[in-house]
Amino acid sequence: MSVASSLQIKTPEGVVFSLILAGPVSRFLAWTIDLACVAAISSILGKLIMLLMLISPDLGGAVRMVLYFAVSIGYGMVLEWKWRGQTVGKKLLRLRVMDEHGLKLRVSQIVVRNLLRGVDALPLLYGVGGVACLLSRRAQRLGDFAANTVVVRTPKIAEPDLDQILGTTFNSLAEHPHLAARLRQRVSPREATAALQALLRRDQLEATARLALFHELAAHFRAAVAFPEEATEGITDEQYVRNVLDILFRRMQTVIATRLPPEPA
Amino acid sequence: MIIDLPRFIAEERAHWTRLESILDKLESEPEHRLDLAGLKSFHLLYERTSADLAKVATFASEPELLRYLESLVARAYGEIHETRDKAHRLAPRNWLLRTLPQTFRRRVGAFWLAVAITLLGCGFGGIAIQFDSEAREVLMPFGHAQQDPRERVATEESADKDRLEGQKSQFSAWLMTHNIRVSVFTFGLGITFGLGTIIMLFFNGAVLGAVAVDYVLAGETQFLLGWLLPHGVVEIPAILIAGQAGLVLARALIGSARPVGVRERLREASADLVTLIAGVAILLVWAGIVEAFLSQYHEPFVPYWLKIAFGIVELCVLGGFLAFAGRAKAA
Repeated sequence: MSVASSLQIKTPEGVVFSLILAGPVSRFLAWTIDLACVAAISSILGKLIMLLMLISPDLGGAVRMVLYFAVSIGYGMVLEWKWRGQTVGKKLLRLRVMDEHGLKLRVSQIVVRNLLRGVDALPLLYGVGGVACLLSRRAQRLGDFAANTVVVRTPKIAEPDLDQILGTTFNSLAEHPHLAARLRQRVSPREATAALQALLRRDQLEATARLALFHELAAHFRAAVAFPEEATEGITDEQYVRNVLDILFRRMQTVIATRLPPEPA
Repeated sequence: MIIDLPRFIAEERAHWTRLESILDKLESEPEHRLDLAGLKSFHLLYERTSADLAKVATFASEPELLRYLESLVARAYGEIHETRDKAHRLAPRNWLLRTLPQTFRRRVGAFWLAVAITLLGCGFGGIAIQFDSEAREVLMPFGHAQQDPRERVATEESADKDRLEGQKSQFSAWLMTHNIRVSVFTFGLGITFGLGTIIMLFFNGAVLGAVAVDYVLAGETQFLLGWLLPHGVVEIPAILIAGQAGLVLARALIGSARPVGVRERLREASADLVTLIAGVAILLVWAGIVEAFLSQYHEPFVPYWLKIAFGIVELCVLGGFLAFAGRAKAA
């Protein structure tokens, strides 16, 4: 059984995107939300049609039947088309349907993947689709496979409360901007995240373990970029790590927040 | 390489904003075409932003910037590397009169295969109903088809009131939605390499064959034609076209002599599949109306010759439409 996690798309220009693939559980939850939406829309339409039923019960019943059918089959198609691969359930769970090659999502792709829901839903509660999703390298149900689409997760990157963690004390390392720039260039995202996590969980660590951990982290960052002695003199290993993270995260966030154009809708 | 990030953002921001505005326009107006200068500028901006993304990707701590540039490059990548026909605004008249019949003819081989499978089913159903007394229950599990044909004709022709009175619209709506669901399912089963579609077509043919033989052997051919032709000449081709779409999907999965991968074949087929299924839905809406408002009425209310003639006219119109509509006129 494959454990599909991400899909990498490399452009001819050498740029690589990494799309996080959604698993069957989050997709199933999104589907249950969508099911509730379909039920709610149908119920509202049913109430509106009551007026028509007063005039002609036969015509009212027919309109209700056709509208329910149209909503149940068209809900996914219309929303995925209008919202660029999202429905209400997918929006809430931060999922999105995308072309598997990163190309534009076409109307025909949306229609095909939704028309094949009937097969994916067999025998009950998307049994076939769920199994296909688990077995697929790209976490695709049969409809996705036929339509060349994937469902990806677009998680919001959690921003820790850096002011609380890092404090607002003077940062001696920031007095050396060229070395700070080199530090940002040399420390990988994984290293920075690991150090941030260590700081976030410092209270859960035993005193000696904490000292050892921050000693190791500080040594690692010192080896990456050597700051002058006057900048590091008299500060503990933990404070050194705080100062490094302050340079890596908070100062960049301030710069980016003030200069970055708004994110596309 | 070390980047002065604030300066880098200040210098590049205008290019990102420009690229974003072009992308917004292209995405909101599918029919919009860039001129040569616009294309050059778009390509340049894409390459520049890609290069910026590659630079920024080496940094540890600017997820927002990274995400923003990734989204820009991903959107531009989709536009620049898209080689399929560009999407057009919906043009229902053109779609109905040209795209649908042209697509049907382009994939007509799968249609004839669906016809052949259905005819095999018809033969099987016809033989089964003749030689196996239990076949009726299996092949005709619905209402009046289980009745003896002579008894049913006698009942229908002696009826003095409209049994669908006050329910015709609902019956029509039920027929439409049910038949569309079955057709979509028949198409969808093409994903089983066509096996599911073939079974559905064969079983549908078997039911049809069993009913036809049952009525013909009972000497009720005229009733049968009057009952089935008005809606059947549209409903049966619609189901055959759904089968055609399922078989087109199966062929895309199985492959052909062309050295093209399965994903590419599916990509090529997807627009045709949607066109065929949309055509099926339209045909079944019409068939549902006719079945509820005409097919269920027999002599003495509606003469059989009139119902049969109506069915023949429908068949000719449908056949002519699928065979000739949308053909290029001779110079």
